[in-house]
Amino acid sequence: MADAAQAEQAAGKRETWSQTHPGEPVVVFDGVSLRSGGHTVLDNISFRVMGGETRIILGPAGVGKSVLLKLANGLIRPDSGTITVFGENVGRLREDDLFTLRAHIGMVFQEGALFDSLTVRDNVAYRLNEDHVAEEEVDRRVREALRFVELEDTIDKFPSQLSGGMRRRVSIARAIISDPELVLYDSPTGGLDPITSTTIIEIVVKQRDFYNSSSLLVTHRLQDAFTLATHRFNDGNNKMEKLPDGKVNENTTFLVLHEGKLVFDGSTLDLVHSEDPFIREFIE
Amino acid sequence: MAENTLDRAAKNIILSLQDYALLSGRALSNLFRRPLTLADIFTQADSIGVGSIPIVLLTGFFTGGVLALQTSASLSQFGAGAITGQLVSFSMIKELGPVLTGLMVSGRNASGMASELGSMIVTEQVDAMRALGSDPLKKLVMPRLVATVVMLFFLAILSDMVGIMGGGAIAVFMLGQDGSQYFHSSYQSLVFGDIFQGLVKPVFFGFIIASIGCFYGMSTKGGTQGVGRATTQAVVVSSVLIIASDFVISRLMIGIFGR
Repeated sequence: MADAAQAEQAAGKRETWSQTHPGEPVVVFDGVSLRSGGHTVLDNISFRVMGGETRIILGPAGVGKSVLLKLANGLIRPDSGTITVFGENVGRLREDDLFTLRAHIGMVFQEGALFDSLTVRDNVAYRLNEDHVAEEEVDRRVREALRFVELEDTIDKFPSQLSGGMRRRVSIARAIISDPELVLYDSPTGGLDPITSTTIIEIVVKQRDFYNSSSLLVTHRLQDAFTLATHRFNDGNNKMEKLPDGKVNENTTFLVLHEGKLVFDGSTLDLVHSEDPFIREFIE
Repeated sequence: MAENTLDRAAKNIILSLQDYALLSGRALSNLFRRPLTLADIFTQADSIGVGSIPIVLLTGFFTGGVLALQTSASLSQFGAGAITGQLVSFSMIKELGPVLTGLMVSGRNASGMASELGSMIVTEQVDAMRALGSDPLKKLVMPRLVATVVMLFFLAILSDMVGIMGGGAIAVFMLGQDGSQYFHSSYQSLVFGDIFQGLVKPVFFGFIIASIGCFYGMSTKGGTQGVGRATTQAVVVSSVLIIASDFVISRLMIGIFGR
């Protein structure tokens, strides 16, 4: 409950890009291709992410899902096509301008990518410390973010003292501390056991339902993807629960990559009823 | 076939040189951008400079000692044993102090930088840093560059001093020379050009150590094996460049100062 109030308070602090640009997509990929080491990684990828929408990118390992997220964050540049994030062409922005843009984007890396020489507090506070935010404010927001992922008691620990699941949760706390309007999750449950994976997905659902930010989530675990689409967060009992009457979250949709190409772009129901042989095989 | 291989190799070398120049240039340009990350520079100065003091002192002392030991016999044959101090100070200040300090610091720190940054690359920490709105060149490379250049300058002075003292200790206690004469000839023979040459070299060597260490670290590819490869390459390339640039700087200084 307290988290919900904080989220509302945080959301009320500033107008989001989606509010100032209603109806405009937050992320647009238009004919994006990328080659590396003589072979095509991504081939003519086009899709968009609207405000408040969660897009789940599915596909087998090594198909270019993580690369796609890095392209969206401007960490790598495409060979052709345009990527527009918050109305800016990230392929053409200078690195300095990208730093400004990234203030509105949170990213959770595959293995957490926590700075191993810094404590959990300093990891989560990294962006705030770089912005020279006052110490008391940093402390308050770090505790708030860690409370959100239910890891407040690890604040003085180092990443090496945490389990894999805890590291991912700290990574989520680090990504959301500045209330980003777009969150990029790169396989947040990869390599984790089913119980820990469910805990992480519960946090992703909580983040989606509280902050209503847009997100792109990469996974190859169908179970996690469908849990996201069929569940919501109940802040009354602070637990994730299934949507009633077999409903699905309409703002959670799917993209499927296969051999560098986008082979599916649609809703949960479209995915489940797809006749495409690859998708059928992938789902079944 | 052979032409294609040569063509590819030449392109790779030119691309690497371009990447190296860009990394060094961008890292240095961060020196003039505010806010200056002084805390990071001091942390690196402590790790690179203060941490290297024991090996620099030991190397300097024994180099000066062995120099006195080996040369005094030859000098004595010509009745010039009295200028042992001059030879030791000359050699230490102009050549051995800066070069040996550079090589020792390269072995300790170029490898450390390459492995630390390489590990950060393969675990996506550098990408995470960029995603969090922070420039890795400003946060990681620039402090290492500045700290190495500044600290190597002082480490070389320390090495010169300890080397002359080591030579003095050997000359007095083992070769039975007069201490006053040794230190007097050490001091009297030096001119501005010698000191200048000895102080310019560590600045270049410091830049080589840090820029090569950071370049190989930031270009690491291929997991833990790649980190190992980057570390080895950083030490080998920086050591060879130190010796090669020492020759070029020496020639230039002889051209300018005539000695």
